[in-house]
Order: sequence, then C-alpha cells, then structure tokens
Amino acid sequence: MPAARLALTVDPLDVVTVTTAVTESARGVTGAISSFIGLVRGENLGRRVRFLEYEGYEPLALRAFERIEQEIHAHWAAAPLGLHHRLGRLEIGDASIAIVVASPHRAEAFAACRYAIERVKQIVPIWKHEHFEGGASWIEGATADPEDEGALAEALRRACA
Amino acid sequence: MRVTVRLFARLREIAGTGELILDLAAPATIRAVWAELASRYDELAPYAASVSAARNQEYARMDTAVSDGDEIAFLPPVSGGAGAQRRPSE
Repeated sequence: MPAARLALTVDPLDVVTVTTAVTESARGVTGAISSFIGLVRGENLGRRVRFLEYEGYEPLALRAFERIEQEIHAHWAAAPLGLHHRLGRLEIGDASIAIVVASPHRAEAFAACRYAIERVKQIVPIWKHEHFEGGASWIEGATADPEDEGALAEALRRACA
Repeated sequence: MRVTVRLFARLREIAGTGELILDLAAPATIRAVWAELASRYDELAPYAASVSAARNQEYARMDTAVSDGDEIAFLPPVSGGAGAQRRPSE
C-alpha cells in the first residue's frame, strides 16, 4: 500500500517515500519536483539544544495540511502536496518535516514548496518542546488561526520573493 | 452540560493534564469554557489573548456555542521557528 501523501508519524522520515506518494498520483503531468527537509539544529537562540519533543493535535494538523494543499492549488499549477511531519522525541540532526511539491514546471514547484513550510509554521497545531542545557521551554511563535489574512499574505510574499 | 477539554503543550503542562471533563450551565460558548478553565488554573490567564480554539476537531471562534458532549480544544501559539517569533501578548 502506498504511503499517505499527508501524514504525522513518530517514525523517522523518508523523503523518498513522500516523493513516491506524490509522483504516483501525478505521473505524466509532473515536470518538476521540489522538496524541503527541516532538521533539528543543535543550537537555538544561543542555547545548546539536547533534543526536541514535538506534540500535535493530530486530526486538526492533518486538516491544516489539506488546507495548505488547497491554498497551493489556488495559487500555482501544482500537483499534489506531500507533507510528512514527525512527532515525539527527535535528536539533533533528525528530520522533523519533509515536504515534496510536484508541478509542471520548476518555478511553481520551488514557490509552492517554500509556501508550504511557511504555512506549516503559521497554522499547523504542532508544538516544539526544546530541551537545552540548563532547562526546557515551549517554542511559541505564530497563532494557529488559519483565517488570519495577514499571515497568509506574508507566506505568499516569502514564497515569491 | 458536559464537555471534554483537550489541552496541548504549555497549556497541558499548566493544567497537569491533556484532557479533562467540565460541567457548564447551558447555554455556553467556547469563551465560557475557557473562563471556567482559567478560574481553575491561574497561570492560563496570560494565554487569553493568544489561544486558538477548536470544537469537535474544527477550528472555532471563542463566541461559538458549545453543546453537550463536545470536544473543545485550546491551542497555544504554534512553533513559529526563525523569523516568526511572535510572542503572545500579556
């Protein structure tokens, strides 16, 4: 059975698996594939990071992934989005997210891939608990309001810059 | 009426649980659920302006009405990463 294109998992991510899930659903119309992999850094805000724990509200996170795919289709001639996000404890260097976007041409693939990661950071209900030397803290940034027009405009601006 | 409340990340730590049952007088909104929670856990108060909510696994506004048996989730700001470090206003 082919892997789901949109998924949350506690298992290590594999960008080839995500790519296969995308290309199988868009064979013939795909001329370009762009991918993004986010890794756990060993340093953040001047602190030495020991490991991270990701926590998610899974049904809502999956719906947010679907929403991001619909937004991509509204802006670019892009074929299906592949997006796998990892949950649970991640060590330094582990991949936390793998995004694959296929489209007829490269410009849309690059832009839509950048857009996808910007929107994940804004609206997907997944939280990062950073364990660093000397303590731990929740990394809080964007609001999880998918209707926030300002955030959407900012993600589009970054994607097309 | 009785609702199930789901809490995540920092909110879960403050309450000491990720899931609890609340009894409320009907009619009630999500804001009333939050107010009941905040009255039990003082440390939740600073999140009033930045928290998002979901009703039965769909995003919902604070003035959305709740029904008996609903699952109401409160979501603190998500991990913004570099360049998106908007802190909740306090």
